[in-house]
Amino acid sequence: MKFGYYPGCSLSGTAKEFDLSLKETLSVLNTNLEEISDWSCCGASSAHISSHLLAVALPARNLIIARKQGLNDLVAPCAACYNRLVTTQHELKLDEKIRVKSEEILEEKYKDGLEICNLIQLFQKIGIERIKELKKINLNDLKAACYYGCLLLRPADITHFDDKEDPSSMEEIVKAAGAKTVDWNFKTECCGASHSIPHVEIVEKLGKAILDNAIKNGADIIVTACPMCHANLDMRQKNIIKHNPEQKSIPVLYLTQLLGIAFGIEYKKLGLNRHTIDPVPLLKEKTKKFAEAAA
Amino acid sequence: MRIGVFTCHCGENIGKTVDCPAVSKAAADFPGVVHSEDYKYMCSDPGQNLIKQAIIEKNLDAVVVGSCSPHMHERTFRKACSSAGINPYMVEIANLREHCSWIHDDIPSATAKAIDLLRFAVERVKFNEPLTPIKVPVTKRALVIGGGISGIQASLDIANSGFEVILVEKEPSIGGHMSQLSETFPTLDCSQCILTPRMVEVYQHPKIKLMAYSEVENVEGFIGNFKVTIRKKARYVKDELCTGCGLCFQKCPIKKAALSEFDEGLTTRPAMYVPFPQAVPNIPVIDKSICTYFKNGKCQMCKKVCGRDAIDFDQQDTLIEENVGAIIAATGYKLYSIDKKPEGSIYQGYGEYGYGKYKDVINGLQFERIASASGPTSGEILRPSDKSVPKKIVFIQCVGSRDESKGISYCSKICCMYTAKHAMLYKHKVHGGEAYVFYMDIRAGGKMYEEFVRRAIEEDGVKYVRGRVSRIYKENGKLIVKGEDTIAGVKVEIDADMVVLATAMIAQQEAPKLAQMLGVPYDKHGFMLEVHPKLRPVETSSGGIFLAGACHSPRDIPESVAMASAAAAKALVLFGSDILEREPVVAKVNESTCAGCLYCRKVCAYNAIEIKEIKDRQGNIQKVVAYVNSSLCQGCGTCNATCPSKSVELIGFKDDQIYAQIHAFSED
Amino acid sequence: MEQMRDTFLKRVIDITSQDPSSCYQCGKCSAGCPVRDFLDDPPNRIVRFVQLGLYEKALSSSSIWMCAGCLTCSSRCPKNFDLAKFMDALRQIALQDKIEPADKKVFKFHKAFMKQLKKYGRSYELGLIRDYKLLTGDFLQDIDAAPSAFMKGKISIAPHKVKEKEKIKKIINRAI
Repeated sequence: MKFGYYPGCSLSGTAKEFDLSLKETLSVLNTNLEEISDWSCCGASSAHISSHLLAVALPARNLIIARKQGLNDLVAPCAACYNRLVTTQHELKLDEKIRVKSEEILEEKYKDGLEICNLIQLFQKIGIERIKELKKINLNDLKAACYYGCLLLRPADITHFDDKEDPSSMEEIVKAAGAKTVDWNFKTECCGASHSIPHVEIVEKLGKAILDNAIKNGADIIVTACPMCHANLDMRQKNIIKHNPEQKSIPVLYLTQLLGIAFGIEYKKLGLNRHTIDPVPLLKEKTKKFAEAAA
Repeated sequence: MRIGVFTCHCGENIGKTVDCPAVSKAAADFPGVVHSEDYKYMCSDPGQNLIKQAIIEKNLDAVVVGSCSPHMHERTFRKACSSAGINPYMVEIANLREHCSWIHDDIPSATAKAIDLLRFAVERVKFNEPLTPIKVPVTKRALVIGGGISGIQASLDIANSGFEVILVEKEPSIGGHMSQLSETFPTLDCSQCILTPRMVEVYQHPKIKLMAYSEVENVEGFIGNFKVTIRKKARYVKDELCTGCGLCFQKCPIKKAALSEFDEGLTTRPAMYVPFPQAVPNIPVIDKSICTYFKNGKCQMCKKVCGRDAIDFDQQDTLIEENVGAIIAATGYKLYSIDKKPEGSIYQGYGEYGYGKYKDVINGLQFERIASASGPTSGEILRPSDKSVPKKIVFIQCVGSRDESKGISYCSKICCMYTAKHAMLYKHKVHGGEAYVFYMDIRAGGKMYEEFVRRAIEEDGVKYVRGRVSRIYKENGKLIVKGEDTIAGVKVEIDADMVVLATAMIAQQEAPKLAQMLGVPYDKHGFMLEVHPKLRPVETSSGGIFLAGACHSPRDIPESVAMASAAAAKALVLFGSDILEREPVVAKVNESTCAGCLYCRKVCAYNAIEIKEIKDRQGNIQKVVAYVNSSLCQGCGTCNATCPSKSVELIGFKDDQIYAQIHAFSED
Repeated sequence: MEQMRDTFLKRVIDITSQDPSSCYQCGKCSAGCPVRDFLDDPPNRIVRFVQLGLYEKALSSSSIWMCAGCLTCSSRCPKNFDLAKFMDALRQIALQDKIEPADKKVFKFHKAFMKQLKKYGRSYELGLIRDYKLLTGDFLQDIDAAPSAFMKGKISIAPHKVKEKEKIKKIINRAI
């Protein structure tokens, strides 16, 4: 199987481990990625604060390149990029005016027809059964809180996938990888997103509520599919702990890292060493029984 | 032919956009027109007199009126002309209001169009023929579909007037939703106490034939002459033998076979059951889908214990045909499913409120059961999860209603009142308990309704919070209700023990199917439509079929009862005469040109086309032709359009009449 | 006044393709807003300001800058009113009309972000943080997180550049 690949700025920067673990995992699943050549930023939240046209034109450039490259399927693992790309595709399809204006400033024609998927949809396409077949490491002792964040599922009438209030598709993948999942309340709550830099206090407050709820419901780790969520929950967790001495820490993993672990891929190759809250001791502890049995 | 043209201003409705005097003047010059005048209100008494006078003085033999839609006043003008000696079918209406003045704003062009419309009508009326209405007899029996409070009221009113009623109810007992309610607003009288005497009255009434656990399968015929097929579903109990002692279902070993429909899923019921102790008729049914005997041939416990030998496992559904003259649809409502994924529903679910996920998030009818003396907690307010008394309770209004994103734009009308009642009952029963109501608007338009809501707030201390709730989730055993009070502009977050959702009233799922069977139009939500929203609110566009209660739109008990009595009155008006007159607009076959292909028979929606054999003098069949049964024909014209040899004509809408209009248009 | 109302509303409707009059002020947006505690005005009040023609009040509220764009409000709105899009429109109009942003930090963050975009065609974290700090003068923020981020290779030293970066710059300039 082959998918077009739009890494987005985060996966080529702060979230390098997302990119690494994605590629490692997909190679086990026999799936190839073809990066969009010379892709540019989707504009994130900054573009649509400045101009609606820009918010459409920036992702549109990438969609046009992907089509020119002959791609039919495109994966955008970053939830925020995914949201921008599908929303743009939707608007270009329905809003003639904005399409014409975008084509004007891009000096190129837009052609519809690309199938854009997020990380979860990617694994659904590859097949959840394949994950079950290929898992090697027993993660039975590990309880994960699946965190979707806001942009993976919204707007529901554009993304058309899973239940927008009580999603379960990530749980299915995590369960296929052999780990347990917990039912918790903050699956789709916002982590504060881009306020990470201008308003740390907001991100810390929202992040703490999310971490607390996951811990209270018995989770050992939080699993996410969004680099922004990861940064806010992992990188900011240190400060949350600093400001709240009672706070327990909880590792935050990318879904691809969890799959990689289940496939028996070396921790380092999955970039597990790059996290602020080191997940390795917990993972060793939770897989000890299995490792001993294997030995 | 001497034609008179009368142009109506309809007050300002036509007069504002159409220059009526100019129109009238232009019409005077149409060939064949010998009289033309305009008047402010042609439908008024003086207006009608103008027409009558002109008919007599100018010796007119056809009349064209330029006015509102023929739906409104065709009958008025026909009657006026008829009283002045003209056959009523020599009158044509040109619709200058809906087809012209209301949809245009430029006076000169609207005036020109009005002149055209009148000219077309004048050309058409030249081909009109005097017609006589068709006379049909009236069967003076009524069918009432649905045995809730509306159906009960309508049945009793008709039966008490001395006419027979067949009351069909699909559930095992009549009583409908009202039998599930605790107390009723704004008087707080016990629902069952006022309802059950009526149910018994229905059962014992010599003029009412009650068919519970039955469904209408087919409806044929027309006003005054319907033939209805009713499926009497097998109860597997012989009703003539059963005494209603209850031993059978008490001994049924499958005790918790299914969730109780009557208790809205809060309790279970056996495979054999009566819905509730006061059921009418008090005859149990066996739920075939879960009965052990039907599943694997074993058990028969009910049969063993029945002292009357009334159990009959071989009972079959029976189809019963009834002839009636009027039909009242009273099929009621159901609650919008607030589960997160309603299957097959046109509506979205309400995942954000956790209904179906959290046991203590319930809907309004479930709260009724909890608050009801006949309910699972004998009227004590206990929450479903652990049967504890909720110390803090939250009521949320407009769940589904007024929520376009879920697919329902309308207001369910009764929730403001029943929520106030719920909160009040809670406060009366749980001393020291806290009750919150989240609302958007309080719609308490009814006698003593506003006072009732104020009483809940001012005397019983219910806290009303103005705003919708965004989300409900469970934390530390509490239901966290995240709301906002938009008046104070503050966040309101309540850790509740129980939440009651006032969910929207929607039409019964089968309502559209029934409406199609009855030929009654319905809206996109499945509510049946009246023929005129103001002046004919219980009649439908199908003659002889009337509406009562919530099958028309959300409504409360007093309104349903009033509507039911109104529908009964309409049926009784029909039963007041022995013979009905019908429009003579029916199809007619030209037997000499008909080739007997019978395409018309295939397309006729009313089964009105029969086969007629043409025989010679010796009695040998010469050919076969189509024949229209004029009592069944509804005058839709489909056969007319289908006939390959142009051998079918629609009386009153004959081809030459229509062509005359078209030619008048193309001459322009 | 009436004329200004018309132009303002027209601009909002042009950007969002929805009329603010469709909001019936139920407050569900505010009830579910994750940054509700940090807002001067709840989101429904911002819509109300616009409904009443009090545009200055809407544009000068910090709430329009504090919106995180999480779409919770939009996804739960019973009237299908896309409030997040509406907030975008107000920010765009505030920028066009040079209205002093009530929250300068958010504004400066986006400004810094756009600067990276214009320069490289992609976002470049180090440049973003540098430019943001230059704009706000808050040099101490995140000083504790930064070293570990560098050590873990989270923040790369050199920017990733798009080959067609001149074209991106042109797109941005033409769109705004």
